[in-house]
Parts: sequence; structure tokens; C-alpha cells
Amino acid sequence: MMLANLLGLLNVDSFRHDIIQNVGVGIMTLSIFFASLALTYFRKWKWLFGEWLSSLDHKKIGVMYIIVAVLMLSKAGFDALLMRTQQSLSVGNNHGILASQHYQQIFSSHGTTMIFFAAMGLMFGIINLAVPILIGTRDVAFPWLNSVSFWLFVSGMILLNTSLAIGDFSGAGWLAYPPLSELQFSPTVGVDYWIWSLQIAGVGSLLSGINFIVTILMKRTKGMNLMKMPMFVWSVLGSMTLVVFAFPVLTATITLLYLDRLVGTHFFTSGGGGNPMMYVNLIWAWGHPEVYILILPAFGIFSEIVATFSKKKLFGYTSMVWAIWAIVILSFTVWLHHFFTMGAGADVNGFFGIMTMIIAIPTGVKIFNWLFTMFRGKITFSAPMIWFVGFILLFSIGGVAGVLLAVPPADFQLHNSLFLVAHFHSMIVSGVLFGYFAGIVYWFPKFSGIKLNERLGKIAAYLWILGFIVAFVPLYALGIMGATRRMDHYSPSMGWQPLFIVAGVGVLIIGLGLLTLVSQVLYSVYKHVENKDRTGDPYDGRTLEWSIPSPAPHYNFSILPIVKKTDDFWESKQEKRSRDLVYKDISMPKNSYIGLFLSSGAFALGFGAVWHILWLSIVGLLIILGSVIARTLTEDTEYTIPKEKLILDDIQFYGEGK
Amino acid sequence: MENNLVIKAENSKSYLGFWIYILTDCVVFASLFAVYATLHNNTNGGESAQILFSMPLALTQTIILLTSSLTSGLAIIAALNKHKTRILLWTVVTFLLGSLFLFLELREFNHLASMGDSWRASGFLSSYFVLVGTHGLHILIGLLWMIVLGLIIIKKGLTAKSMKGLVMFNLFWHFLDVIWIFIFSVVYLMGHMGL
Repeated sequence: MMLANLLGLLNVDSFRHDIIQNVGVGIMTLSIFFASLALTYFRKWKWLFGEWLSSLDHKKIGVMYIIVAVLMLSKAGFDALLMRTQQSLSVGNNHGILASQHYQQIFSSHGTTMIFFAAMGLMFGIINLAVPILIGTRDVAFPWLNSVSFWLFVSGMILLNTSLAIGDFSGAGWLAYPPLSELQFSPTVGVDYWIWSLQIAGVGSLLSGINFIVTILMKRTKGMNLMKMPMFVWSVLGSMTLVVFAFPVLTATITLLYLDRLVGTHFFTSGGGGNPMMYVNLIWAWGHPEVYILILPAFGIFSEIVATFSKKKLFGYTSMVWAIWAIVILSFTVWLHHFFTMGAGADVNGFFGIMTMIIAIPTGVKIFNWLFTMFRGKITFSAPMIWFVGFILLFSIGGVAGVLLAVPPADFQLHNSLFLVAHFHSMIVSGVLFGYFAGIVYWFPKFSGIKLNERLGKIAAYLWILGFIVAFVPLYALGIMGATRRMDHYSPSMGWQPLFIVAGVGVLIIGLGLLTLVSQVLYSVYKHVENKDRTGDPYDGRTLEWSIPSPAPHYNFSILPIVKKTDDFWESKQEKRSRDLVYKDISMPKNSYIGLFLSSGAFALGFGAVWHILWLSIVGLLIILGSVIARTLTEDTEYTIPKEKLILDDIQFYGEGK
Repeated sequence: MENNLVIKAENSKSYLGFWIYILTDCVVFASLFAVYATLHNNTNGGESAQILFSMPLALTQTIILLTSSLTSGLAIIAALNKHKTRILLWTVVTFLLGSLFLFLELREFNHLASMGDSWRASGFLSSYFVLVGTHGLHILIGLLWMIVLGLIIIKKGLTAKSMKGLVMFNLFWHFLDVIWIFIFSVVYLMGHMGL
């Protein structure tokens, strides 16, 4: 009896699953086991904790974000494969490989993982890697807070994946609409897992948002005023502004949902004076800006890539900045287009339909700016440019489909159909993911010192583009034919099966693309001697990151640059401007385990809250409070690098007298 | 050196960051106010705000909280004058006023719940308890913060770092005041008028 109280809702049944889920748990457990074994065998535990897990270096945190995100991308990609397999098989008398309840969990976890842990992870990874160097500074504004953000992201991720092994996951879709997500209709802990993994990761994102706004506003190097910032930095500033305005709404909303489930409040219940549609409004007041949070940095990355590989200044810099801020503001005025069918009335639907069409205009401005940047440029079609071209084609098609959906009468027909699924995957795969892949490939030499294999890079990009077309064009057709999303079984008389099979083949091609992308990195690292970037400027680049050695030293700049123009590094190369070699001692943040420790508290808090284990939640809360107080009391947070060391490093990379 | 402690350059990052944090918290409260505005008529057959809430109590709470904001401001003035005991004195007064406020709020919550008007009763009461309770939770965090800040000042004196903490605490405390003014107006005043 005592034990039962200590364990909350946990019991032996929480560990029983069907065969497919057991295979997943097995793979996960074995991976962790072999990774630990390898770390022990090579005696790398100390290195792992001392050099990486406790690191406050924004570049290392960025790399860790990307590693976690790629793992999550593969996991959620596997979910996609299961879904398409089910839909290709489950026709008529055949019911496929998955039970309905399991299928629901799989599409919920696919969406949640992809948005929160794959896309957001890639985004924060690249922002961490690039932004401080692009604005000519040595670190972010709050290095410790940055590690807290990352570790909260990781503990949210672990909590989500724990649901695979212990208990179940939400089957209520990636946004858990009530009343389905209320206790009455989802009595298991699945929705609570969803709530708490988002809650923890969401707070991490919020802290990152604050951190990068302050970094960009306060830590730019001398001479870099706002209108001289690289476009990627502008796009990050826009995206982070959206984060600080939108994420608190998510935090509040899912807290209310949790209270409904835990203590019986009536916020979103159908009875008792609750209002389920209020949840849908609130979640999209966060959810729509979230789409732009993801896409804006991708736009920024493409702006850098196009300018670099066209050997031209970015066309229409000022209009690009205005387009970003137009998107930031307008993105808060369109949320209702996610539920025109709510029945808000023709005038309300009309307003949101028109705003949705208007937001396509600044996006169009950006597309034309990129095209005009390429016009009469000396274009090199290297791998990042292939991603870019694929993006322009597929993203524009998806965007036009979006404008079609913005027309309320058309939306009434296409609402919740696979047409919609095809539309938003066009935005998020060929927009967001292509952008981040291009960014990783583009900046890879800077943070690793190794140039990536071009051939494999191009094959990966082409496979993704091809796979995307094969996987999602059939969905447009299926949607118009009436196939709804989240459907695990249909009648053969619909005639949908061939198209579902084609879409399934598309997923396999995308999977091949992901494998090629990973093997591009592994192969290039394996051949690192011949792929070494000895110049620090492999593309004849334009912005500050190419002015420092590759891999970037942990202090980034031995001498902080002084900026005179936009694309200052390019201009300084044209003018053959040389830098003043005035070295000074610099101080850098010391590594800290407190962020890692704090996030373990967040995990305990979340796990306790999911399973109603009160003591565990209290322990988690105390760990969090204790970590914050401990950090406040830490006096000695920085160490000094003497200028002699900086001079030595520079001589080693550039040679004597440069 | 003396008065520059407040505006020391290395602190300005933290201040900007803290202002943005306050903005995010404003958005949390904005969401909760929106929820209250949507649900405040959904009484589910129970009593409405007009009958349930006591104006004299809400007014007393308001006066207590506003006074605590004054005393926490006095702590800043004492800090600018480098008067350590006075900082501690005013912080203790602020702490006591904050605790009294929280005590009155919890007493009202307890009273409502014991009458059967708990957060389970209706959408209206759910949104009331969570909106006002979230403010109360912030007050609790402020109280904990004051304890830590007071101990640091006792132990290490008035360093640049503890000054930074004191200024940020004041921003936080005044922010809670502003939120309370909105709660007082929207929940209690408008409720009293039956709006």
C-alpha cells in the first residue's frame, strides 16, 4: 500500500506494450547500452562530461542541439514510415500492422517530435553556432542560461521518449485538442507526457529567446549597427521576438489543460462552463507564430547562402528587413485560419482569410529578392545552393496551396484533409528542414574545420527533393479526393491505395536522403585530412565568420573586428584592408554542471507530474530552485586567456606575420 | 562609482534580459486574463462574482501590496545611499507586507472552497482561481527571492552583484503590483458592478 502511494499511477502494466513498441524500446535501450559501452571502452566519460556536457561554449551547445535534433528527426521519420506502411496496407479486410490506438499515438508523437525536438533543435543549434560569430562577439549574453535552455530541451526530449517505454503517449494529435485530450476521453498518462515534455522544452525555448535577443541587441562588435547585420541575424532577431511573445501563451495554455486533468478545473471541458474552442484559439495564438519562428531563420540562412554563392550583395537588404518585421507582426493576426470551420461567422473568417493572404506578400518579397540576388551573379551550384533551389520550387508550390486554403469556402472543403497535410509539410520540410540542412552544410567547415564532400551532399539534396515530391504530391491529390488526415483504415472502393503506396515509396526515398546526409558528414570526417579547411574562408565568403580560423577557436575572435560596411569581411578583402594587431587578454565563461543538474530536476518534476508521484515532483522543484540559487552564489565564473596564447594560436593557423 | 552601481555596463545586459522576461510574464497574464474574460459568465448555475467577492478585502489587499512596493522602493534608495541596515529593514517590511497579502489571499481561497465554490465548481471559478492564484504564486516566488537576497546582502554586503539582484527584484515586485491593479479592476471592480 505504502509502495503504491510512492509510485503514483505507475504499475507493472505501464511497462507492457505490443510488439512494434517493444522493438522500439529495444532499439532505444540497446543504443544507450552500446553508447555507454563504447564510452567506457575508449575511456571517454570524463571527456564527454568535462568537454561537452558541462560546456558553456555556444558552438559546442549548438553541435549538441544538432545531434539531438537529428536523432529525433530519425525517430519521428520512422514514425512517418510506420504511418505510411499502415495506410498502404490497411484497406478493406486487411487492418494493417497497427491498432488504431497505437496509430493515434504514432501520428501524435510524429508531429510533436518533429516540431519541438527536430525542427526547434536544428534551429537553436544553428543559431547557437552562427549568431555570436556573425555579430563579431565571443559568446552569447548569458552563457549559463544558454546551457540551461539546451538541457531543458534535452530533458523534455527524454521525457517524451520515456513514454515509449513507460506508459503510453498522447493519442490526441500534436496539439491535443480538448475535449478529446481531457481526462474523460484520454484517461491514460499519454496527454500528460505530451504536456510536460512540451512544457519543459518550451521554457527552454523561451529562455533561449530572451538570451538571443539580448545577445543581438547588446553584444554586436564595434561599428556593426543594426542595418549592417547579416540577414541571418535579422531573421533570428525576428524569430526570437516571436518566441518571447508566443511561447508564454503555450506555457499558460497547456498548464490550464493539465489543471483540467489533474485537479478538475473546467477550462476546456465540454461541461461545467468550460470552453474547448478557447483552447483551440489559445494554442494557435502560439502555434501560428511558431511556424514563423521556424521558417524565419531558414529564410535568413538562404539569404546568406544565396549572396555567398552568387558572389553578389543580397538584393534589397532593406526590403528584406521590412519583410521580416511585417511577417513578425502579421503572424499574430492569422491564427484563426486553422479553424475556419469553428463557425465564427463570415466576417471573422473573412478578416482572417484576408490577413492570411496578406502575409504571403512579404514572403513573396523575399523570394523575389533571392532570385534577383542570383540574377547576373557568378553562381556556384554547390550543395547548399541545391537545397536552396529545391526550397524555392517546393516552398512556392506549398505557399500557393496555402493561399488557396486561406479562402474560407475552399477551406471548408479541404479542412482536415491530406491536402492540408501536404501543404504544411511543403512549408516545414522544404522550407524549414531544407533551410537548416543547407545551413549545417554551409557552416560545417567553420565549426569542425572540415569541408564536406560535395558529391554526397548534392546526392542527399536531390534525394530529399525527389523523395519530397513523391511523398507529398500524391497527398494533394488524395486530399482533394476526400482522404482525411489521421486515418488508419479505408474502403478499397475509394481507390486511394495506389497513391498511398506511392507516398510510402516517397518516405523511403526521403529516408535514403537522410542516410546520405549523415554519411556525407561521416565520410567527410573520416577523410578529414584531405578535407581540412586550411584558409578559414572556403567559399570566399562575405560575413565575419569566414574571417576567423576553421574550426573557430573557442574564443571566436582573437581580436574583435571593427565593422565599417554590410558584408564587411567581403569589403575588407576587396579593399585589401588589414586588421590592427592589438591583442588583449580576454575572459571566457568557465564550464558549469549546474545547467545539467537543473535539467535533471526538471525531468523529475515532469515525470512526477505525469505519474502523480508528488514526492518526486517536489524533489525536482527543489533541485531546480537549488541550482538557480547555487549559480547565483557562484562568484568565480570566468577565466582569463592571456594574449600570448591568442598570438600563438593565430601564428599557428595563419603563419608568421599575418 | 557610488551611484553608478545601478547602471554599471555589465549589468545592463541583465536588466534588458530581465525586462524581456517581464514581458513574457505579461503575456502569460494576458492569456489568463483572456481566459477569465471568456469564462467569467460561465457560472454553471453557481453564484457570480458580484456575490462571491468581497470588495473591502480586495481593497485591503491592494493597499497592502501597493505599500509593499513603496517599501521595496525605499530599500533601493537605502542601497543608493549605501545604508546596509536600512536596506535590510525595508526588505523585511516588504517581506512582511507580501506575506500578509498572500495570507489574505489564501484565506479567501480557503473560504470560497469551503463554501463549495472551488475551482471545480465552474469555468468562471476555475479561471478566477488560476488567474489570481498565478499572481499569488509570483508573490511567493518574490518572498523566496527576498530571503535569498537578504541573506546575500547580510553575508557579502552590498556588492555590484547584490545591487543588480535588488534592482531586478524591484522590477519584479512593481510588475506584480501592475498585474494586481489589473486583477483588482477586471476581477473585483468589474465583478462588483456585475459586468
